Amino acid sequence: MDSRLLTSAVTLRVNGTVHRLTLDNRSTLLDTLREDLDLTGAKKGCDHGQCGSCTVLVDGRRVNCCLLLTVACDGSEITTVEGLSDGWSLHPVQEAFLARDAFQCGYCTPGQVCSAVGALREMAEGRPSAVTVGTEPPSGAAEIRERMSGNLCRCAAYPNIVRAVGDAAERAAEWWERTP
Amino acid sequence: MRTLRYQRPEGVEAAVSAVNATPGARYLGGGTNLVDLMKLGVETPDLLVDVSGLPHHDIEELPGGGVRIGAAVRNSDLAADPLVRTRYPVVSQALLAGASDQLRNVATVGGNLLQRTRCLYFQDAGKPCNKRAPGTGCPAIEGVHRNLAILGASPHCVATHPSDLAVALAALDAQVLVEGGTGPREIPLTELHRLPGDRPERDTVLEHGDLITHVRLPAAPEAVNSAYRKARDRASFAFALSSVGAALEVRDGLVHRVRLALGGVAPKPWRARAAEERLRGAPATPEAFTRAVEAELSVAEPLRDNAFKVPLTRHLAVRVLCDLAGRAGGPR
Repeated sequence: MDSRLLTSAVTLRVNGTVHRLTLDNRSTLLDTLREDLDLTGAKKGCDHGQCGSCTVLVDGRRVNCCLLLTVACDGSEITTVEGLSDGWSLHPVQEAFLARDAFQCGYCTPGQVCSAVGALREMAEGRPSAVTVGTEPPSGAAEIRERMSGNLCRCAAYPNIVRAVGDAAERAAEWWERTP
Repeated sequence: MRTLRYQRPEGVEAAVSAVNATPGARYLGGGTNLVDLMKLGVETPDLLVDVSGLPHHDIEELPGGGVRIGAAVRNSDLAADPLVRTRYPVVSQALLAGASDQLRNVATVGGNLLQRTRCLYFQDAGKPCNKRAPGTGCPAIEGVHRNLAILGASPHCVATHPSDLAVALAALDAQVLVEGGTGPREIPLTELHRLPGDRPERDTVLEHGDLITHVRLPAAPEAVNSAYRKARDRASFAFALSSVGAALEVRDGLVHRVRLALGGVAPKPWRARAAEERLRGAPATPEAFTRAVEAELSVAEPLRDNAFKVPLTRHLAVRVLCDLAGRAGGPR
């Protein structure tokens, strides 16, 4: 078989920078970010969509990028943890994680932070979770625990992660517009 | 993972003919299950035909009161849809009970229905498995089967179907719209998935090249009063040990309309028709609910380590029906 059929030209906009790449069709977005673009914030934890440590935002929605083929993301806008901070000033979710000491080893943290950014936006849009009652705007610790359940932390820093996301939710209005 | 070609077809016809022409081709929706199975060596496609860009992204209200859902609609978008949340809460609740937000943001309606079992032996390409490698045997029958089937299994396979959404759709008599080599057709969701018998490798009645384009929910006034409940090993982000999707309308204390389906207990979403039959016209009481669910479960054949699913399923179903009876007729 013509080996050119096994690769594809892909254009990605990652953290505001456009990248034109030719990739093996088997490449996952996680491997492309880490191996081709040197963005090692997203972590390869389980590599099977079970731990959330590879969470990034694709077109504004949080996803497990270990299960996305890069070729299927052609034309997408991608934000990784590296793209959340604005120069030297951290994203408010990152500030909240620091202030609440919401980690121990830190391996899952980039995924937790990206997931929290996505979760807060989903809550602000009024999207329901399994614990949302009726059509009330979702809020509170139970909502945060449920919505962050796709991110595992083997250090079990969960109590402070919930507090950090709660802090960030309270300040959400301030930074909503500048979040990619 | 094996090398593969990738195509983004212009339309449905091009997609169907591309897959029809290539025995090793697979449709790619969100890929949350397929890409994982490719990493595990369980799926080895040499061509992926990406159907996520086909025009199947709408949730449309139908003239008769039903709803038509595009197969490429993301699980999270369907769960958040106001029409679905109001008229078919069981669908929204089933979706939100499954996976994580990251997965629901990517997974599609069509892919959800066609996802494969999470039986450990099926997912381990180094183990025998009649579903993955026909004729090699089923180690689950004597092995790890705590999460596997108590209904509808065969001596060849005891796997369960993992979808939560499909359980809600089975309860609602959803229709699955399919395009294939011979034109469009409709399949009742309850007939989409097969029991394993001696052909466990065939999960569904679909042929190679068949593409799910839409799911249609018929008008069902009683579905306004519907719910999904799921029991699993952790509070969130785990597959069902058992689950129940139900809708109920009570008039003058008697069951007027009822829909009941079970998940996590069978190779397909299990429509509980024996229980429904007993319930129609019966008093809407916990005792009548219990007797009806017991009748459904009387044919259960649990394995060594999953007999707990029988009382678990009974408790779940009775509890859901009681909840629905308590608020039937009133606003939710």
